[in-house]
Amino acid sequence: MADAALEIDDREAAARARLSGDWTLVGLTRTDGVCADFRAREARLRDLTQRGAHWDLRAIDRLDSVGAVLLWRTWGRAWPAALEVSEAHRRVLEHAAQLPEPVTGRAPREPFPVTLTLGRLGLRALSNLTGLIALIGQMVLDFAWLCAHPRDIPWREFSANLYKSGAQALPVTALVGFLIGVVLSYLTSLQLKAFGADVFIVNLLGISIVRELGPVLVAVLVAGRSGSAMTAQIGVMRVTEEIDALATMGISRTLRLVLPKVAALAIALPLLVIWCSSAGILGGMVAANLQMDLAYGFFIDTLPRAVPVANLWIGLGKGFVFGILIALVACHFGLKVRPNTESLSAKTTTSVVTSITVVILVDAVFAILTRNVGMPG
Amino acid sequence: MSAPSTPPAIEIRGLWTRYGETVIHRDIDLAVPVGEMLGLVGGSGSGKTTLLREIVGLLAPSQGTVRVFGHAVLDPDASVRRMVRRRFSMLFQQGALFSALSVYDNVAFPLRELRVFDEAMIRDLVLLKLAMVELEPRHGRLMPAELSGGMIKRVALARALAMEPELLVLDEPTAGLDPDRSENFVKLIRTLQKELGFTVVMVTHDLDTLVGLATRIAVLADQRIVACGTPAEVVAVDHPFIRNFFCSERAANALQKGKA
Repeated sequence: MADAALEIDDREAAARARLSGDWTLVGLTRTDGVCADFRAREARLRDLTQRGAHWDLRAIDRLDSVGAVLLWRTWGRAWPAALEVSEAHRRVLEHAAQLPEPVTGRAPREPFPVTLTLGRLGLRALSNLTGLIALIGQMVLDFAWLCAHPRDIPWREFSANLYKSGAQALPVTALVGFLIGVVLSYLTSLQLKAFGADVFIVNLLGISIVRELGPVLVAVLVAGRSGSAMTAQIGVMRVTEEIDALATMGISRTLRLVLPKVAALAIALPLLVIWCSSAGILGGMVAANLQMDLAYGFFIDTLPRAVPVANLWIGLGKGFVFGILIALVACHFGLKVRPNTESLSAKTTTSVVTSITVVILVDAVFAILTRNVGMPG
Repeated sequence: MSAPSTPPAIEIRGLWTRYGETVIHRDIDLAVPVGEMLGLVGGSGSGKTTLLREIVGLLAPSQGTVRVFGHAVLDPDASVRRMVRRRFSMLFQQGALFSALSVYDNVAFPLRELRVFDEAMIRDLVLLKLAMVELEPRHGRLMPAELSGGMIKRVALARALAMEPELLVLDEPTAGLDPDRSENFVKLIRTLQKELGFTVVMVTHDLDTLVGLATRIAVLADQRIVACGTPAEVVAVDHPFIRNFFCSERAANALQKGKA
């Protein structure tokens, strides 16, 4: 294959441009540093057009639409006065000649961009809120239906979800809980030692882990682990039309997909909270023993007196509510995925961010509502 | 068109494909001269699509070589590989459009990747390609999810043609289209081939498509190519698969229509 070649004959008053070789994508862009080369050639062709050159295209071997569009553009979107070209190549050029003129001018800008953006944001938040409420309503209806028709309870989906988001999360929640317990114990023991209040480490660790850190840590971990997986799974089922397939079989998507996930997390999360809190207290106990020589027996003996059992119930209650919220948010955004990859990734991100934010908001509400409960008297 | 010195568009020599103990292809030789339209047929699971993927370099054969325009598609030199890959395009069965990009951006994508053209030039080229596959400029704003099956094929074809390929590889070009649309699509490819002169290799199940497009047919059965030649030559070969595939009543009708 030959490169695109251009010979210019300047001897006469009107220049003669003789084109030969391959005026194709490959022929025009083969040389290295192609970009500058291509632009330079374009400029030279434009210059020739302005001088009213005589165009001789008969020596061109191959002409494809890149070559044709290049010539047509440099001719200023009009046939030159003097042109010699073979019949086949003229047809290629005619295709380029039928191109619509470029539209000039940009789309008009919207007035008050800040107001519009804020308004859109607010409306979107509102539609997400109503969507979530509708989903909760649907859940309640499905639950009532299942109470009346216990044969339809999706046990298999429920147990699969329980295993995936509960049992498989055990190692990571234990590890994180243990390490947080160690860190917390080390840092507070330094302070407590200064005041000679070593024994209060049990109260501090017990209350903070059982009541606050355990549930929030587990919720954040599960939102990142299972929440994202749920959104992605339902989202891909949307993309591949599996959800539509379910609908045509007369199977409720909320009953079969959403409800088992919500129920599984509502059961799994409180259990994980107990598991993670135990690991945290164990970590704290080990660290306190190493740092302050606090005996294990003393720690275990003091714990029930320092931490009233109400705290455990608060922790479990939080776990239950967080589990339901995480699953609902994940399923809500999963069902909102539009059938393209961009939307899938955006909705998965939004799902995780929203569920973690919601968990922390609800945790604050819990803290205010239960401020008089469970404190050692 | 093909002088003796120019290498064939595709040249397969001594190709074997094995998955563990299973042999898919046993010592296959195949050459496709420039400008030809070859149809590859065979029963389900005979390894047609595997062979196609080996031709475009998505899969490496267990043994043997595949050369496209005289260069190995899996050449160890990356610059040779890139150069070869720029000379052919593949049309995937489901279109394989980028779902996050609009129709316009899908067609513009390979052109932008070259980093040679400015946006105005790309715009002209994209509109030209869309016009070639009989789509209008306003269709450029649509997203792949909003397209019908026939339109997805057209956009995928426009994207494949954007790189001005000398070889077009088609995987089931008319699968999933109704007979009317599939006939239009076959006509479209035939017109474009006449105009642009590219070589075509395709895998198809559909006899109408095969007869409408292929100038030569290769039959893949029993792990090897049992027949390769013009449609008339292939039909004359005595092999159980060929008898089954071509000699039914439906096939006779399609062949008759192809001749007319």
